[in-house]
Amino acid sequence: MTTYALRRILQTIPILFIISILLFFLVRSAPGGPLTSARRNPNVTKEQIQAIEEKLGLNDPLPVQYGRWIGDMLKGNLGQSIKFHRPVNDMIAERIPNTLTLVGASFFLTLLLAVPIGILSARRPYSLFDYVMTTITFIGQSIPVYWLGLGLIVIFYVVLKNPFTGLPFFPVGGMNTRGKEGELLDTLWHLVLPVTALSLGWIAWYSRFLRSSMMDILHEDYVRTARAKGASSNTVYYKHALQNAILPLITIVALDLPSLFAGALFVETIFSWPGMGRLFWDAAKGRDYPVLLGVVMITAVLIIFCNILADLAYGWLDPRVKYE
Amino acid sequence: MARIILRRFFKHKLAGIAIAVLALLVCASAFAFTTPYSPTDQEPTNSFQKSTMDHFFGTDELGRDVFTRILYGGRVSLTVGLLSTFLSIALGVLIGALSGYFGGGIDSILMRITDAFLTFPTIFVLIILGAFLREQQVPWLKNSVLIVIIIIAALSWMWPARLVRGLFLVLREREFVTASRALGGSSSHIIIQHILPNCIGPIVVSGTLQMASAIITESGLSYLGFGVQPPTPTWGSILATAQNQVFRAPWIAFYPGLMIFITVMAINYIGDGLRDAFDPYVIHMEK
Repeated sequence: MTTYALRRILQTIPILFIISILLFFLVRSAPGGPLTSARRNPNVTKEQIQAIEEKLGLNDPLPVQYGRWIGDMLKGNLGQSIKFHRPVNDMIAERIPNTLTLVGASFFLTLLLAVPIGILSARRPYSLFDYVMTTITFIGQSIPVYWLGLGLIVIFYVVLKNPFTGLPFFPVGGMNTRGKEGELLDTLWHLVLPVTALSLGWIAWYSRFLRSSMMDILHEDYVRTARAKGASSNTVYYKHALQNAILPLITIVALDLPSLFAGALFVETIFSWPGMGRLFWDAAKGRDYPVLLGVVMITAVLIIFCNILADLAYGWLDPRVKYE
Repeated sequence: MARIILRRFFKHKLAGIAIAVLALLVCASAFAFTTPYSPTDQEPTNSFQKSTMDHFFGTDELGRDVFTRILYGGRVSLTVGLLSTFLSIALGVLIGALSGYFGGGIDSILMRITDAFLTFPTIFVLIILGAFLREQQVPWLKNSVLIVIIIIAALSWMWPARLVRGLFLVLREREFVTASRALGGSSSHIIIQHILPNCIGPIVVSGTLQMASAIITESGLSYLGFGVQPPTPTWGSILATAQNQVFRAPWIAFYPGLMIFITVMAINYIGDGLRDAFDPYVIHMEK
C-alpha cells in the first residue's frame, strides 16, 4: 500500500510540472503585467519602474524566471506579492484557516442533514417524503451558489430587519464585527449565511447520492441474510446497510474537492470572507501573479494529497479493495 | 428503437415540461430582436425603473431594459453552454474511445492525464485562463465568448472521457466486435460503426449534465468578471452588475439568477428523463 501511495505521488509530479509551466508562461506573457498601474502613476518615474523590474527580475527571459520561481517553490518559497510586498507563503497561511472554518462548518452541516435525508428517502422510496425531498434536492442542485448567496443577502440584510432594533438579522461581510475579532459567537453569527449558501447544493447532491447508494445495497445478499436471521429493521438499515453505503462517500468527496473549492471561492467573494478564494479573486483582479500561481499550486498539492489519503482510507476501511 | 425511447422519455412528465420550458427559452432568446429596446444602449435618465408594462423587469443603473438584456444574455449563455458541451463531449469521446479500445500504454498515459485534470482546482485555472488569455497578442483570442467556450470545454472533457472508456472496456469484448474483427474490420471501423452507436445513450445523458454545469460555470465566470466581457450581456454579467446595486435595486439581481436556475433545472430534468428512456433494463421489461 505504501508503494501504491508513492507511485500515485510520483505520477502526479510530472503533470504538476507541465501545468505549472503552462500557467506561468500564460500569465507572464500577457502584456501590461503587474506594474501597469505603477506605469500610469505620474509620481513614479521611468527609472523607478526599471529599478523595480530589475529587482523583481521581470526583465530576464521567461525560462530563467520560471526556473527561479519553480526552484524557490521546491524550497517552499512561493515568492513575493507584487501588490502587497509580502511573502505569498504568509498571505496563504493566514487565509487557509478561514477557508477551512467555512468549508468545515458547511461540511458538518451537510453530513448532519444529508445522511438522515438519504436514509429516510431510501427507507420509504416513492413515499411523499421521498418525492418532496427529491424535488427539493433537484432545486438545490440547480441553484447557482452565487445567486443563492446574493438572495440570502437581499432577504436577510436588505429586506428583513429585526423589528426590535431595526438592524439586519445577519452580518454579510467578513468574519467578525469590528472590535470583536476572535470571539467565537461573533464568528458563528457571521458564518450563518455563507454556510447556508455553500451547503444547500452539497446537501442536495450528497443526500441523492446516499439514497441511490442505500437503494443498491438493500438488494445485496448480506442485507437479505441479515433480514433472514431476524435482525430488526433498524439494525439492518443502520448497521449493515448504512456502513456500506457511506463508504463510497469518501471517494466521492475526494473527487469533488475541486468543485468544493469552487463553491467556497464564490461564497468567499460574495460575503467578503477572508479565505483563499477571496485572496485569489483579489489577486486575479490585480494581476498579482505570484499570489495566483501560489494559490493554484498549493490547492493542487492539497487536493492530490487528500485524494491519496482518501484512496488509502478506502482500502483500510473496505478490505475488499486491493491495490495493484 | 428511437420511437421506444421517445415514448419512454415523454412518460416522464417533468421531462416533457422541461423540454417545453427550454424550447420557450431558446425561442425567446432567438427572437430577442423583437423587443423595442437595445441591450447595450444607455439611457441614464431612465435608470432604476421598477417593473412596468414598458419594462417587464425594470431598468438597470444605466437605464437599459433588464428584460431585453436577459433575452440577449440568454443567447450567449445558451450558446456557450451548447457549444462547450459539444466540444467537451467530442474531446472526451475521442480520448475515452482510444483509451478504452486500445488499452495498454495508450490507456495508461491518457488516463493519467485525465486523472491529473480531475484533481486540478478547475475554478482557479479557469479564472487565470479567463483573465490572461484575452490579453495575449493573438487576434482570434480577443473574442471573450470564444475564450469561455474553449476553456470550459478544455477543463470538462474528463467526465465523458472516463465514461466512454468504461463503456468501451466492456463493449470491446462483445461478440459483435470479435465478429467484425474476424471479417477484417479495421479498428476505426469497429470503433465508429460498432461500438460508438452502443454508447449513445449514456453519452447523451452525460451531455445534459455537462451542459447544465457549463451554463453554471459560464455564468459564474462572467459573474466574477473573468468570463464574457461587457458590454455583451450574459446572465452572469447581468448578475454581477446587479450585485453592485443590490441595496438600491435588489430586484435586478433576481431575474438573471432565476433564468440560470430555470435553465439548469430544465436541463437536469431532461437528463433524468433521458436516463429513464435509455435504460436498457426498463426497455426489456416492456417487451
